[in-house]
Amino acid sequence: MAVHVQDYLRMHKMPHIWCPGCGTGIALGAVVRAIHNVGYSRDEVIVITGIGCSARTNAIIDFNTFQTTHGRALSFATGFKLTRPEMKVVVITGDGDGAGIGGNHLIHTCRRNIDITTILINNSIYGMTGGQYSPLTPQGSYATTAPYGTVEPSFDICKLAEGAGATYVGRATAYHVTLLEQLVTKALKHEGFSLVEAITQCPIGYGRRNKMKSPTEMLKWQKEHAVNVKAAAGMSPEQLEGKFLIGEFVNKTAPEYTKLYQKLIEDAQSKGAK
Amino acid sequence: MKRQVKLLQGNEACAMAAVAAGVRFFAGYPITPATEIAEILAQELPKVGGTFIQMEDEIASMAAVIGASIGGVKGLTATSGPGFTLKQENLGYAAMVQVPCVIVNVQRGGPSTGMPTLPAQMDVMQARWGTHGDHPIIVLCPSTVYEYYMLTIKAVNFSEMLRMPVIILSDAVVGHLREKVVLPDISEIEIVERKKVTVPPEEFLPFKPDADDVPPFVSYGKGYRYHMTSNNYDEGGYPATNNHQVADKLLRRLHNKIEKRRGEIVMTEEIMMDDAEVAIFAYGCTARSAYSAVETARAQGLKVGLIKALTLWPFPREVVEKYGDKVQAVIVPEMNMGQLVGEVERALKDKKAGVRPLNRFDGKMITPEQIVSAVKEVK
Repeated sequence: MAVHVQDYLRMHKMPHIWCPGCGTGIALGAVVRAIHNVGYSRDEVIVITGIGCSARTNAIIDFNTFQTTHGRALSFATGFKLTRPEMKVVVITGDGDGAGIGGNHLIHTCRRNIDITTILINNSIYGMTGGQYSPLTPQGSYATTAPYGTVEPSFDICKLAEGAGATYVGRATAYHVTLLEQLVTKALKHEGFSLVEAITQCPIGYGRRNKMKSPTEMLKWQKEHAVNVKAAAGMSPEQLEGKFLIGEFVNKTAPEYTKLYQKLIEDAQSKGAK
Repeated sequence: MKRQVKLLQGNEACAMAAVAAGVRFFAGYPITPATEIAEILAQELPKVGGTFIQMEDEIASMAAVIGASIGGVKGLTATSGPGFTLKQENLGYAAMVQVPCVIVNVQRGGPSTGMPTLPAQMDVMQARWGTHGDHPIIVLCPSTVYEYYMLTIKAVNFSEMLRMPVIILSDAVVGHLREKVVLPDISEIEIVERKKVTVPPEEFLPFKPDADDVPPFVSYGKGYRYHMTSNNYDEGGYPATNNHQVADKLLRRLHNKIEKRRGEIVMTEEIMMDDAEVAIFAYGCTARSAYSAVETARAQGLKVGLIKALTLWPFPREVVEKYGDKVQAVIVPEMNMGQLVGEVERALKDKKAGVRPLNRFDGKMITPEQIVSAVKEVK
């Protein structure tokens, strides 16, 4: 059934603050539709954010919402989820927020396999502060703090999440928005820690310094460089040169943290500690 | 249940008091001389249905405590100087967003990692001003194991009552000391819960305060959907980053919460001050030496008294001022290079009494003999 995303928005908080052509709204739309697909009520969902363009998503959506400090949303969410395991906890973060300043928290939240659904909106840049390079900015790109091109290699946040123990990991783009919605839907249903990376366009902070002035050019770049993980299985390394993978990378079952802790409480109350 | 006589370590008393006060969530990171609090709560919290988690760092543990408190549970964390520095970021968040939580800082010598883990009183100003911005804070400081227990309960109560972070500033001496304590029966201890919302969801504004400037609280998932942000915000909880009037009003309110209950929050003990000609103003482990110094000096016929501060912030200026024209001098012994002495000087700037700092910052306690000598220099 079709859903009007507006039904889930706090329309009295409009207009939003994102730049023209920004992809954050596309990613947010997919998240809202995914929540609708799963059938969660507004009251049982909490959306927690940190700082940056991604963080501004939750002031305008009509769920339980709070914004935290830069990079720390997952740590706040961990405390919240442990005390309110019945609630559906969603964290929306960005490449600077989640992979930079909050990178350590991301690793350890993956490791704990706590039931939090994380959407990492990767616009390849620190957009809110005006276009500085992030840990996920492609090497050689231009940014206000990389006027000669970035020297640093970026890393693959999905591989990092997988290595750290996340039990559901996937990636899509603003162009592949249907896939994004499908991945977030599955991530929400998944019991344990899930991470979905949403590659989005930032024409103002990133694109115009990197020969992609318009949002259309950036979306075309996403279309032309993304390869579905299933299709990639039959492709040679040469064919995959310069491409990135999208789709579902990890979907496995492991004991969930709050369930394990509940068991610990029951044991402590019946048997006592060693 | 009756009063219990126990031999307790300071940090142990703190952990027991936290459970008695209703704390059901602890997140922390190992650091000496505070770790016993985490170790004990790891054991005790699950027994009462609470949660303990050791986070990946001090920043995350502060964040998790706030997250748990937003979930509706009383939360506490414990650390020492270096960890306290890392907690400052989210401590400011709790002050701004009005989230109750308690932070215990068992002080050790600094700067930086300093003297792990010899005692010091070097975090008095960090406790007041460590996080950026003009935030409100309450800081309580025990000098005995019994006070550590009672002030932990007070800290949790103040925090819940006023929706704000409260700091307990103990030190390596008081934290590791074992003393005989007589604990009151649990039923005699006043436990405060945060004010609950009384209006229906359609009339609800999450940050609309009552007359005491404290907004009632309702946790998420109870039918009251709302937003919270650490940006300057309006009564609806939404960012109002460029609204000067809203900013002015909010910041005043955050501070007025404390000022309106100042009489209750500012706690001191005045010992042998009635006829005192010299006062010693002391707190924490140094107050132990000061008490002993007063006894020794009195035995020698010197009229000396002790003002012991249990609340460091807000600073008990009214108590110090009261003696400003009655005593010749106020001696302020501190295990730092002179921090709270500045507040004593401010309180006495138009008074007759002189202010004499007495400082030691080598990891050793100030001895009663040092204080008695300082008294004799005045006389």
